[in-house]
Amino acid sequence: MFYREAGQFKASYGTDQAIFPIAQDKWFVLAVVAAAYLVVPLVANSYWYEVILTPVVVMSLSALGLNVLTGYCGQISLGHGGFMAVGAFAAFKIATAFPELNVIIVFLISGLFAAFAGVIFGIPSLRIKGFYLAVATLASQFFFEWWFQQVGWFSNYAPSGTITAPSQEFMGVVISGPSATGVVKYLIGLTFLVFFCIVVKNLVRSHIGRSWMAIRDMDIAAEIIGIKPLQTKLLAFAISSYIAGVSGALFLFLMRISLEMEAFDIIAISFPVLFMVIVGGLGSVMGSIFGAVFIIGTPVFIKNFPELTTASVILVLAGLSVAWLTKYGVWRWVPLVIGVPLAVFVFFQKFASNTAEHIVLMFFGLSIVLVLIFEPNGLARLWQIAKEKFRLWPYPY
Amino acid sequence: MNATARKKANENAETMLSVEHVSLSFGGVKAIRNVSFDIRKGEIRAIIGPNGAGKTSMLNVINGFYHPQEGTITFKGEKRSDMRPHIAATQGIARTFQNVALFKGMTTLDNIMSGRTLRMKRNMFWQALYFGPARREELEHREYVEEVIDFLEIQHIRRQPVGKLPYGLQKRVELGRALAMEPDLLLLDEPMAGMNLEEKEDMSRFVIDVSEEFGTTVALIEHDMGVVMDLSDRVVVLDHGVLIADGTPDEVQSNQDVIDAYLGISH
Repeated sequence: MFYREAGQFKASYGTDQAIFPIAQDKWFVLAVVAAAYLVVPLVANSYWYEVILTPVVVMSLSALGLNVLTGYCGQISLGHGGFMAVGAFAAFKIATAFPELNVIIVFLISGLFAAFAGVIFGIPSLRIKGFYLAVATLASQFFFEWWFQQVGWFSNYAPSGTITAPSQEFMGVVISGPSATGVVKYLIGLTFLVFFCIVVKNLVRSHIGRSWMAIRDMDIAAEIIGIKPLQTKLLAFAISSYIAGVSGALFLFLMRISLEMEAFDIIAISFPVLFMVIVGGLGSVMGSIFGAVFIIGTPVFIKNFPELTTASVILVLAGLSVAWLTKYGVWRWVPLVIGVPLAVFVFFQKFASNTAEHIVLMFFGLSIVLVLIFEPNGLARLWQIAKEKFRLWPYPY
Repeated sequence: MNATARKKANENAETMLSVEHVSLSFGGVKAIRNVSFDIRKGEIRAIIGPNGAGKTSMLNVINGFYHPQEGTITFKGEKRSDMRPHIAATQGIARTFQNVALFKGMTTLDNIMSGRTLRMKRNMFWQALYFGPARREELEHREYVEEVIDFLEIQHIRRQPVGKLPYGLQKRVELGRALAMEPDLLLLDEPMAGMNLEEKEDMSRFVIDVSEEFGTTVALIEHDMGVVMDLSDRVVVLDHGVLIADGTPDEVQSNQDVIDAYLGISH
C-alpha cells in the first residue's frame, strides 16, 4: 500500500542504475540518515552514546570493511582485528608524532597502513581458498597481536602497552581524546560510516564490484572474461583493510580512548565482526549495519531491560504458537529465533544475575546457526522480504 | 546472407586461428596428439568427436587453461605456445562452458555487464565517486549490454539472480556474457547440451545470428549431429586425441574413419 513502485518509470539507464531506484527506499534511507544526524543528538544521553551509538557506528564501519572482502569478494578473513589494530596503532603513532595534524586526516592516513598490511597478508589468497585462507589470515591476526605487544615503540614505550588517544581541538570543539563529548564522537563516527557506505556502494555497483563478485561466485569463469584474480583479490584486501584500519582508529579515538592490544584480539573483534557480517548479510552494505546493531544491541537490551525481555519472551512465545500453527512462510522462524534464547535467558536469570554474558554468547551461537540454516543471506534479506510483503500487502499475490 | 553464399565468402577468408602440431598430455594420458587445424575469419567451425576425444581440452588449450607440451597456436598472426586465460580474453577470445559457469549470486544484467570488464577503464577512485566519466562509462556499457539482452530476448530476467534461472536461460545468459566481450573468436562448449528441441532451435538461431550480425568467428563443440551439420561451415573430428577428419559437413559425414569412430568397427 505504502510501498509501491507502480508509476515510477525509468526513462534512462542512469536513473535505473541509481543506488535506490525506488523512491520510497530513497526517502526512507534519507530519513533514517537525517534522524541519525538531527534527532539522535537531541534524545541520546551519554550512556547511550558510550554503550550503543558510538560502538554501533564504529563496528558497522568495521563490518562494512569485512563485508567487502568476505561478502563481496568471497575471501574469508579471521584477521580483521589485526588490521583494525594496525589502523589504531598507526593513528596513535601519527597523532602523537604530529600533534598539530587534524585527527580526521590522521584517521584517513592510518587506513593506508592497514591497507598495506592487508595487501601483504592477502597475497596467499591467490593460492589458498575457503577455510584454508581463514587459517592463513588467522596467522596475520596472531602476528599483529604479538608484534604490537612486543615492540614497545608502537605504544611509545608505555610499560603496560596501553595507548591513549591524545586530545585535539578543531574550531574550538574537542574532537578526540578523553574530554571529547559523546555527541561529537558519535557524529564523527557517523560521518565516516555514511561516507564509506556510499563509497562501498559505488564500488560494488561498478565493474570493480562485479569483478569481486565474479571471483567470489566462480573464479575460473572470471578469469576467462579477463579478470585478473590476484589484482582483484588484492584490491578487495586493500579496500577492506583500509576501512578496517580507519574503523580501528575510530575504535581507539572515539570508542575506547585508551586500550591495549588485547582489545583487538580474535575473540574481541575478529569473530564478532565476522558474526556481524554473517548475521547481517553477506554482500550487503546495509547488512553490515544491521549486523552491528544486532550483535551490539542485543546484549545491551538484555542487560538493561530484563522486564521488557521477559514480557517480550511471553509475547513472542505466544506469537510463536500462532505463527507456527499458521505456517506463514519464513516468518514462523522469527519468533523461534528470538523467543527460545530469551526464554532460556529469563529462566537462568532467576538463578544467577551474572549469567547474562554467558546467555548472550549462547544467544549469538544459536542465532548464527539459525541464520545460516534458515536465512543464509542474513538480516538484509529478511529486510528485503519484509519490503516484498509490504509491496503486495494486503493482497498475498 | 544464405548459407552457401557465406561458405563461398569464407573460402578465401584469412585464417584467424591456426593450431599446429599441438600435443597435450596429463602424465601418461595423451589428451591431444599432434593436432593441426585452422579457423577462418567469420566461419562457424565445429569440433566433434565421441566422448573423451579431447574436444574440451582443445578449447582449453586455445584459451589458455591448458598449456600444450608441443605445438604452437597462432591467433591473429601472433604465435604463442602458452598463455593465461585473462590474456586470451584481452586478445579477443571469449568462451562458454559445458556446465554453465555463471556468477550465480549476480543478476543477469550484472553477469552480462561483467563481460565488459576489460573495456572499462576508470579506476577505483572514479568508481568510488560514481560521478562524471565513471558514470558515463558505466552507462555507455549498459547500453551495449542492453543490446545484447535484446538480441538474446532475455529482457524479462534482467534483474533476476542467475542461480535461480532454468538451465536453458542460464546457457543464454552465458552466451550473452561472452557476446558482451565483443570477441573476435567465440568458443562454445556444447551450447545445446541438455536442451529440448525448441531451446536447441533458439540457440542455433542465436549462433547463426552472432556469426552473421556481429561477424564473430565461432568454434563450437556439439554432440547433436543435426545441429552441427546444419550450422557449421567446416568440421574437425577428433577421436582419442587424434584428428581423424577435417572438412565440410558433407565430406566429414561420408568419411569412413568418422563413421568408424562413431559407430565402432568390428574387430
